[in-house]
Parts: sequence; structure tokens; C-alpha cells
Amino acid sequence: MFYAMPNNVLLWNFRFFLKTFNLFALDKRISYFEDISLLKDNSVKRWSFLCLLLFGLVPFVLAEYQVFIANLVLVNVIIVLGLNVLIGNTGQISLGHGGFVAIGAYMTVILDEQWLPFLPSLILAGFVAALFGFILGIPALKLEGPYLAVATLGFGLAITTIIGRMPFFGGHMGIIPPPLKVLGMEMTSNTHFYYLCLSIALLMGVFARLLIRSKIGRAFSAIRDSDIAASSLGVNVVWYKTMSFAFSAFYAGVGGGIWAYVLGFISPGNFTPVLSILLLSMVVVGGSGSITGSILGATVITLLNLQGEKIQELPLIGPFFEWVSAHYMSISGLPNINFVFMGLTVILIILFEPLGLFGIWLRIKIYFKTWPF
Amino acid sequence: MIGQLIMSGIVAGSIYALVALAMSLTYKSSEVANFAQGEMGMFSTYVAFVMLATYQLPFWMAFIGSLLFAFLLGLFLHFAIIRRAKNPNVLNLLIITLGFQVFLYGLVGWKWGSEQRVLKIPISQTETVEFAGLTISQLNLATILVAILLMASIYILLRFTKLGLAIKATQQNQTAAKINGIPTKLIVAITFGISSVIGAVAGILMAPITTLDPNMMIEPMLKGFAAAVLGGFNNLAGVVAGAFILGIVENLFGFYVSTEFKSIVAFLIIVIVLYFKPSGLFGTHYTRKV
Repeated sequence: MFYAMPNNVLLWNFRFFLKTFNLFALDKRISYFEDISLLKDNSVKRWSFLCLLLFGLVPFVLAEYQVFIANLVLVNVIIVLGLNVLIGNTGQISLGHGGFVAIGAYMTVILDEQWLPFLPSLILAGFVAALFGFILGIPALKLEGPYLAVATLGFGLAITTIIGRMPFFGGHMGIIPPPLKVLGMEMTSNTHFYYLCLSIALLMGVFARLLIRSKIGRAFSAIRDSDIAASSLGVNVVWYKTMSFAFSAFYAGVGGGIWAYVLGFISPGNFTPVLSILLLSMVVVGGSGSITGSILGATVITLLNLQGEKIQELPLIGPFFEWVSAHYMSISGLPNINFVFMGLTVILIILFEPLGLFGIWLRIKIYFKTWPF
Repeated sequence: MIGQLIMSGIVAGSIYALVALAMSLTYKSSEVANFAQGEMGMFSTYVAFVMLATYQLPFWMAFIGSLLFAFLLGLFLHFAIIRRAKNPNVLNLLIITLGFQVFLYGLVGWKWGSEQRVLKIPISQTETVEFAGLTISQLNLATILVAILLMASIYILLRFTKLGLAIKATQQNQTAAKINGIPTKLIVAITFGISSVIGAVAGILMAPITTLDPNMMIEPMLKGFAAAVLGGFNNLAGVVAGAFILGIVENLFGFYVSTEFKSIVAFLIIVIVLYFKPSGLFGTHYTRKV
């Protein structure tokens, strides 16, 4: 038999690899605890460990500026993890998350500057954002669809405008965060920031996953599927809906707090509705209601947004677009091309895969699970 | 003074009303809150600009040409993009329109750059008209008149024509409309076209007041959307009323309380109104299936 005689080292190694890293093995769950566990089985555990190792090595591979971009990606991952719980798991919509990010960013910087060390002020800022999320959740209880969209949009705009007019927050000029010190260590370079962002993102991701797997997460899903049915089953809709807002606002606040330090400068112009819309599209492009989706979506959209203009440096495609641009569009290179590509990507992903990038991953997984059928 | 303020509120309100009307029309027939509405209007305005500045056409030709373009753009959005979505839900459709908005914004920025242009229209902005003790510039008067004319024609279209009847039937119940022989998909596409035309008119009216640049329609779009929600998204007359209320309140607040917070007071009012009336001021309350 094949399994009995590994007469070839290569074959043996391949079998070892398949057994230890087979993500596509058919599910053989035997107990409820496996269903609610953090990592499904041993192969997933090993993959997670490998991925973590790879993420840890990123700053050694990338250039300084690319590490900066990676930091921005991680910050967006943190924010989107929370937003995805609100949108994907609870079925609410928010066009005002930029407001929570702003609250978190300003609170962290101000607390850190005057009263507390960085980590406590970050957590406190997250809770302040959560409080605002709770307050926004109250009128949001009765609203849905476009009504909810407008209410949250108004909230985000109001926060940004109020911050922009108050001299205490630096007004339109913005504020510069103090030098970052975490647990006594000075954080100066982007690489230091990278490890900080990575560890916080990891913590937040694990926490979000645990929350979704718990009773609270199931209550969220019940509300998404039908809030009337959920309340008739004894789910306290008022409590869990506002809690979902508060939870996602907490994530946005923490993300905002780190963002301020990564950027090194914040002003109200950073927290426009455009930011909220970007965050929303990260959720939907990544795949609503999934942690993997949050990570994928945040990565893709952030890179498209920041590095979209690099398209002209690609072989074949770049010269083609430059030719098109010179002949039909504009004489000055490729201005604003990143917006064109971002819009197109968002439209195409949602047209062809309603579940987003996570849906594509699911399809790959199912294909290999049932291979060769 | 207060009369003057209300007058300029009405001018702002009529722009909001057009955008709000456009969004509400498409929302009623396809459940899509079309966030690309403003950008579609902006694109059509640029088309008018090209016809005026590059091809030196007379204004009326450029106007009609850009409206035609807007109609085709609306059809394109429905046929090429929204119809192609696989089992769409409301959130996905919303993101698709947001993606289309970003795409159009980038396209216009690519083609015409982000510098500010001047759209030459044959109506003067400086010459004023005295009207019942109030002074109003010709352009503002024209804005109000065109908006009212357009709203009236939408009313006539919906109330007295066969197409309007088909649109209303589609909005009420697509399946029943289809059974009765109405080509519902085509009708929804036409609704998108009409909305796009309304948005384009708003853009052309807006361009001389501000300037013509890719960011031109972002604020009117958000305000128009907010106004539509304030009035009740599924009631066209309510939507228009909401837009005028918003414009007037905003202007009065800007003068008497604070100009700095003028742009957000609208949203605060809306949050408060929605807290007490979740379906807007004049919207009919929706009932849901469990």
C-alpha cells in the first residue's frame, strides 16, 4: 500500500507536509468544542504559526517606506475587524466610522501628551470611542438601510467638524503626537511601529474571533438574520445592537490611536467621509462577516488606495495605459488613475463574488477539498 | 433680511431637491441608494463643458447633449453594472454605486485634471432681479425656476403618462408589474436614466455657482441624500419638501447662530428627526416581514 512503504524521502516529506499542513482536509469535527475553538485543528494551528512567523519577518524584507505602508495596512485591519462585526455579523451599516477613528486618535494623543502612558491612553481612548458608539447606537436602533446610513454619516461629519473648530484639538492645523514610548521602550522607526501594530492587530483579531464564537456573537448573527425573530427568541435586541456599535467603535478608536502615531501627524482632514467609505468598502470587498475577509479587504483596498499609481511602473500594462493616456486622456501622465482602478476593482469583485475576497478563498478551498471531483 | 435668507435657502434647497429627487426615484424602483448620483451629474457637466469650450457649440445644444449623455450613463449604470450583480443585497449594491462613484471621480480627474474650470452659461450671475422686495441674481432665479420646471415635469411624467404609470407600477410591485406585461427591467433602467438626467441638471446649475472641478458634487450629493432621508425616502413630494426645509434651515442657522457649523447642522437635525420619526418627516412607515 501507498501508506505502508515510504521508500522515497521526497515522497515521505510530501506526505508529512500533506498531513501537517493540509488546510483542505475534509472537516471531521467530533464535538461542539471543536466548533467553537479558536483554531479549528492542528493544521490550521501550524499554518497560523507559519503566517505569524512570515509577518514577523516582513520588516527585514521590505524597505522603510514599504514598512510604513504595511503599518497603515495593519491599522486598517484593526479598524475593519471591528467594523466587520458591526456590518457583517450584526447587519447594521455605518458611514460614520471615520468619526470614531478621529475620537480614538485625538483622545490617545491628548491623554498620552499630558496624563497617561501610551498603552493605557490607547485603551481609554478606545473606551471613549465605544461610549460614543453606544450613544450613536441608540438612535440607530430604529433605523435601517439608507436612514441608518445618513444618521451615521451625519455623526461622522459632525465629529470631524467639531474637532476642526476647537482650538483644544489643534483646529485645522492638527496636532503632532509626542514621541512614542511603550512599556519603557522608545519607538522610533517604522519597524518598531510595525511590531506594535502587529501585536495589537493580533490581539484584536483573536478577541474578535472569540467574540464571534461566543454567545454574544451568535446574538449578533441572530439580529442580522431577523431582529424580530431574535427578540422573540429572547435576544435583547436593544442591548446587543448598541453593544455591537460600541464594540466596533472601540476597534475604530484603538486603530485611530495607533494611526496617529504611524502617520506622525493628525488633522481633521484625515477623517473625512471618504475614510468611512473606504473602510466600508474594505469590509464588503474583503467579505462581510469574516475575519480573514477583514484582513484581505483592508490589505487590498489600502494598497490600491496608496500604491495605485504604481500601475504605470508595471511591465506591459503600464506602457499601455501611458499610451492610452497620451492619446485620449491627459497630457500629464496618469493623474488620479488610482481612483479609476480602485473603483473598478471594487465593482468587479462585488459583481463576480458577492462574498468578496473571502468568497474566492472559500471557493479555492472547496475545490481542493473535493478534488478531483 | 429674513426674506433674503429664506430666498438663498430656497436656491440651495432646489439643488438639494434635484439630487434628492434623483436618488429617491432610483431607490423606489430598485432599492439602490445611488451614491454615484452626484458624480454622474459632475461627469455630465464636464461633457457640457467640453461641448461649450472645445467644440464651441451654442449653450442649448451643449445642455441637451449633456442631458442625453447623462441618460445614457444612467442606462449604462443599470444595464452594465447593477443588473450584473449576482444575488445582490442592499449593502453590496450600495458599495457598487460607491465604487462607480470613485471610478467616475478618477476618470474625470484623469481626463480633465483637478483644476477648477469655468462653465460659461448665458445667464448672468451678477445682474440682479428685484422681486417682491427681495434681490436675487438672475442665475439663482434661473436655478429655482429650472428646478421647479423639472419637478413639475417629473410630476406630469409620473401622473399623466403611460411611462409614468409603468414606473409607478414597477416601484410598487415588480412581479405584479411583470405579469401585467410591463418590461420591468427596461423600466428600472429608464428610471436610472431619468435620475441621471436630473442629477446632470443639478450639476449644470451648480457649476457656475461654485466652480467646475471633480469635487463639485460631493457636498450637494451628501446634502441631497440627507434631504431625501429627512423628507422620507419613499415619498417624492416629501423628499422635495425635505430638501427645501434643509436648505432654508441651514441658511437661517448659518446667519443667526454660526457659519462654522452650518454644514453639519443639517445632519444633526436629521439624526434628531429620525430618532422620533424613523422613516422621515413625510415617509410612510414601512412594515417588514418577519
